Amino acid sequence: MAAGNFEKYKSDGSLAGNALEWVDARFPATSMWKGHLSEYYAPKNFNFWYFFGSLALLVLVIQIVTGIFLVMHYKPDAALNANGVPIAFASVEYIMRDVSGGWLIRYMHSTGASAFFIVVYMHMFRGLLYGSYRKPRELTWLFGVGIFLCLMGEAFFGYLLPWGQMSYWGAQVIVNLFSAIPVIGGDLSLIIRGDFVVGDATLNRFFSFHVIAFPLVLIGLVAAHVLALHETGSNNPDGVEIKANKDENGIPRDGIPFHPYYTVKDIVGVVVFLMVFSAVMFWAPEGGGYFLETPNFYPADPLKTPPHIAPVWYFTPFYSILRAVTYPLFGLDAKFWGVVAMGASVVIFAFLPWLDRSPVKSIRYRGPIYKTLLTIFVICFFVLGYLGTLSPSPMGELVSQVCSVFYFGFFLAMPWWSRMDKFKPVPDRVTFK
Amino acid sequence: MKKFLIALLFAPILALANTSTAHIDKWPGSVSDKAALQNGAKLFVNYCLNCHGASYMRYKNLLDLGLTEQQVKENLMFTSDKIGELMRIAARSDEQKQWFGAAPPDLTIVARARGEAGNAGAGADWLYTYLRSFYRDANRPTGWNNTVFENVGMPHILYGLQGQQVMNHETHKLELAVPGSMAPAEFDKSVSDLVGFMVWMGEPQQEYRRTLGWFVLAFLAVLFVVAYALKKEYWKDIH
Repeated sequence: MAAGNFEKYKSDGSLAGNALEWVDARFPATSMWKGHLSEYYAPKNFNFWYFFGSLALLVLVIQIVTGIFLVMHYKPDAALNANGVPIAFASVEYIMRDVSGGWLIRYMHSTGASAFFIVVYMHMFRGLLYGSYRKPRELTWLFGVGIFLCLMGEAFFGYLLPWGQMSYWGAQVIVNLFSAIPVIGGDLSLIIRGDFVVGDATLNRFFSFHVIAFPLVLIGLVAAHVLALHETGSNNPDGVEIKANKDENGIPRDGIPFHPYYTVKDIVGVVVFLMVFSAVMFWAPEGGGYFLETPNFYPADPLKTPPHIAPVWYFTPFYSILRAVTYPLFGLDAKFWGVVAMGASVVIFAFLPWLDRSPVKSIRYRGPIYKTLLTIFVICFFVLGYLGTLSPSPMGELVSQVCSVFYFGFFLAMPWWSRMDKFKPVPDRVTFK
Repeated sequence: MKKFLIALLFAPILALANTSTAHIDKWPGSVSDKAALQNGAKLFVNYCLNCHGASYMRYKNLLDLGLTEQQVKENLMFTSDKIGELMRIAARSDEQKQWFGAAPPDLTIVARARGEAGNAGAGADWLYTYLRSFYRDANRPTGWNNTVFENVGMPHILYGLQGQQVMNHETHKLELAVPGSMAPAEFDKSVSDLVGFMVWMGEPQQEYRRTLGWFVLAFLAVLFVVAYALKKEYWKDIH
């Protein structure tokens, strides 16, 4: 099924046919079209959760296109203008007011950032539901984890650019985390900032990372993610390998060509997504103060620390885990171990293919243990996320510690509990009504 | 296990239990009331735009309030004669810092900045309460204090309209000691108009944005019907 095994296009003598034959002799146009779309066979039983992959791609395109237009008007400059306002901050308001349609483009980009994480979290959760990370799709999953890490970096660098109070102090807090690393920490955070405090040098390098370095890596990883997926073929809600049951032409009996079947189906998903997206963008672009944090409407002021520095919602579960670690260990302070825990809480997803030892992939054929633990895991994730938006408190600390312990326990004990469940027999063919 | 889950669910609410004590009144106005916005604009340029700039805002944006260029030039522009100019002030922020202890902040997007997570309208409510909560305090260099913004650097700029309030230290409530040129209800309406103008100024195209949203959603609804029918048509032979 991989691209390259298809016959070259033969012209029917028409001008268009001749042109395609000419191209096809020099470029794998037909192979790519067939291998990835018209003769890429996907299981026919995809459900709701399978929309989020194509939606993630859509949001990526939205972010890139709106980003291109924003860069035309935005100025990454921390110097103050004639009115005493940082130029970067003023240029965002200039986009919102004076650039034709600028407000729309800016809101698309800011809403898109949150939408990206919502879609990606749903996409990852789908993997947990149906065991999409299991053999033979480990590499697809690893590229996916890479995309997620890259996306977090992209979001973090981008958040500094409006140069508001939360941009500034959020970056200050996160970069300072690196200083908790023994021996090299101080110099490392200095290198990242490019200065002793977050300043113009930081803004310029974050701008460079946000518009060039990370998008390039992101696109590369997305390509690798899709190529790896198309090599193994997609998993499905039953966790059944459709390639194990092929007809006389070598086509999976439960497979249907991605194009046109899933292209027309994904268009429906895209339209519904755009309805939700537009409703937020036109009627609540601040996302209730969670998509655009209100302190960020004040320009960055290095002399005025806000009383409460909260990261944007999509980082708060991991931020809570960072704050939950309050014990020093091996002579290193709690902050360092908090950073380690935060890093581990993201990277641990990469180990899922080898942590999960259950004989079945899909939740449909797994027992009560998995269903219960996964439910608690999701609750913990939400509670951690919610607590991360609040100021620290003794009660919040205790709850986030309990949730963090469960969060890691879910993964680390998986090799044992994933084997113990009461499994149901997996059918030979996918279920499709 | 169930108890544990319930404890997990409710714990964050307990963790949240810390809120400010000052009572905040709800802003009664609306950004779609053009007459109120025009009145608010008049108050803003007369009372606020001397110390506070609105430096992301252009005078020509005021035309959106239903005013003509002539009206804006004659009634609302005191420091500039070009309609495309930004609404700047002459005072320098470093000098202002010496006068007041802190430079008066730019007010273009103050209504948005004063919002809260989970309540974007909180900024308007705060401003509406703040501007009506000044009282006489001999211990402050300006002679004024504020119940919502303790030891505020700004004097009560609207005192000619509101009059002078004093703090009753027994009831902890404000009382009008010297009446101003406006009756209390009239003054509240004026402050509401002023706050409305600041809410509007925070995002002058906000009404257009909301209206445009309906058209986009209507288009997407039609597109959904077509897309869904297309999907049904293609999928009818998949069994």
